[in-house]
Amino acid sequence: MRLKEKIIEGILLLCAAVSILTTIGILWVLISESSVFFLKVPLTEFLFDTQWTPLFAEKHFGILPLVAGTVLTSFIAIVVALPVGLTIAVYLNEYAPKGFRKFIKPILEVLAAIPTVVYGYFALMVITPFLQQIFPQMAGFNALSPGIVMGIMIIPMISSLSEDALYAVPKSLREASYGIGATRFQTSFKVLVPAASSGIVVSVILAISRAVGETMIVAIAAGQQPRLTLNPFVPVETITTYIVQVSLGDVVQGSLEYQTIFAAGIALFILTFVLNNISFYVKKKFEEKYE
Amino acid sequence: MVKEMATDKLNAKNINVFYGQAHVIKDVSMSMEANSVTAFIGPSGCGKSTFLRCINRMNDYIDGFRMTGKMLIDGQDIYKKKVEVEALRKDVGMVFQKPNPFPKSIYENVIYGLRIQGINNKSVLDETVERSLRQAAIWDEVKDDLNKSALSLSGGQQQRICIARTLAVEPSIILMDEPASALDPISTAKIEELIHELKSKYTIIIVTHNMQQAGRVSDKVAFFYIGELIEYSETKELFINPKEELTQNYITGRFG
Ligand SMILES: Nc1ncnc2c1ncn2[C@@H]1O[C@H](COP(=O)(O)OP(=O)(O)OP(=O)(O)O)[C@@H](O)[C@H]1O
Ligand SMILES: [Mg+2]
Repeated sequence: MRLKEKIIEGILLLCAAVSILTTIGILWVLISESSVFFLKVPLTEFLFDTQWTPLFAEKHFGILPLVAGTVLTSFIAIVVALPVGLTIAVYLNEYAPKGFRKFIKPILEVLAAIPTVVYGYFALMVITPFLQQIFPQMAGFNALSPGIVMGIMIIPMISSLSEDALYAVPKSLREASYGIGATRFQTSFKVLVPAASSGIVVSVILAISRAVGETMIVAIAAGQQPRLTLNPFVPVETITTYIVQVSLGDVVQGSLEYQTIFAAGIALFILTFVLNNISFYVKKKFEEKYE
Repeated sequence: MVKEMATDKLNAKNINVFYGQAHVIKDVSMSMEANSVTAFIGPSGCGKSTFLRCINRMNDYIDGFRMTGKMLIDGQDIYKKKVEVEALRKDVGMVFQKPNPFPKSIYENVIYGLRIQGINNKSVLDETVERSLRQAAIWDEVKDDLNKSALSLSGGQQQRICIARTLAVEPSIILMDEPASALDPISTAKIEELIHELKSKYTIIIVTHNMQQAGRVSDKVAFFYIGELIEYSETKELFINPKEELTQNYITGRFG
């Protein structure tokens, strides 16, 4: 019996070790490869140059256009997903009959299970032509359409996590609100949503991380042209799509062009790392409040 | 007959309550005068809270809840279709067992009931806050930091904030479900004193497990046992000279 316990403990430790070692490995590769890059390209150029053209004759290594593309598409996604996801969460939590809730939640989660390549072509072939009828100046590749489609994809993340947060609000607060004559709508938006705000913020940050890391949808529908702009109607490129573009292309391993993907990778890593830490911090605050 | 009814603030007629198959209130009829304090006593699970929550329709959202009979307030059946539940609950306030202030400032807690009615006039709100907090006997303790979170107060203070929140919308009936059971003796004494003062303006119904408390604060006592109203009479009468053996056994602590 003792031995069995020990073996199980060992296996668990091994699993934990594998994931930690993987993270360390990734970090190691990112840092070592990009350090070579930063020996050749000054950090100031990387951070402040407004052009990203490593594959052209006249090379510029400013990460800003890729960051702008990433931020823009993710921002559009959140603008779509937050109101819709939160409304769904409130509806499921406070209005929907119990049976309906059990039935609708798995259906919503299907949205997150659709392969992203399908979403990508949906953006390119359906949403973009539709939007072009409203905004004739819009290019065939643009930030808006993949942004909206990413928003649809992350709706279940926000609705599901926000609903958990709303559900966790103590019943006594609900009763306090109803007991003084508040409607369901007032109770939802004046008491439950504020009381669950930290949980909702966490869901939004996780959803942003998901959008920031999304590759396929933007690769297909956003145009793969690094451009420092916040205009949603023109082609842009995100950090992830750039990495894919270069790794699929025919750049020589070990060349400066090749190393750019690690520099871009580290920018992406820092971005998501910061987001995850914010969400971790907010979550801890949240747990303190309702201990 | 009609006249007699008109003097009753509350009139419950043959109330039966079911949760699914469970029959938890059995044919209870009782009436209460305005500006009186009525205490509900009885062993745990006998239906005191359930009956209390029928008076402001707080059971409406519970799955499987079903009620028959008539609940009249000022002669009006509150379960009629045309009755607005929100308006009813403004008139019939409720204070809960555990203090449940919102995670907002003291000020915002007290005026919550006004905010949801769309009242945003600063001077009206300020006046309401002062009046309600004074009525709830907590003005002096908190008047200098109304913007402090209500959660930072002690349990007894929180409960008085909750009472102030209820008073702010000027109800005519206040339901209290064991309002002092989570509080220390000093806070409890304060709440009891408060009930005495509020009586002149409000009709109060209080659920309590504490016989002494029932004796101290109430004009009439209702003793429930497994869903039935066993005895309902003047407080002194019920404690000194109970008519039923069950009541006698309960108040002397032979079962609990
Ligand atoms: N939401 C509910 N669903 C089903 N049954 C319930 C529900 N609430 C209460 N009951 C049942 O109804 C009966 C009366 O409960 P109630 O809470 O009214 O008792 P109580 O007299 O207030 O008890 P206590 O003194 O412990 O608060 C109990 O048997 C209880 O199990
Ligand atoms: Mg109870």
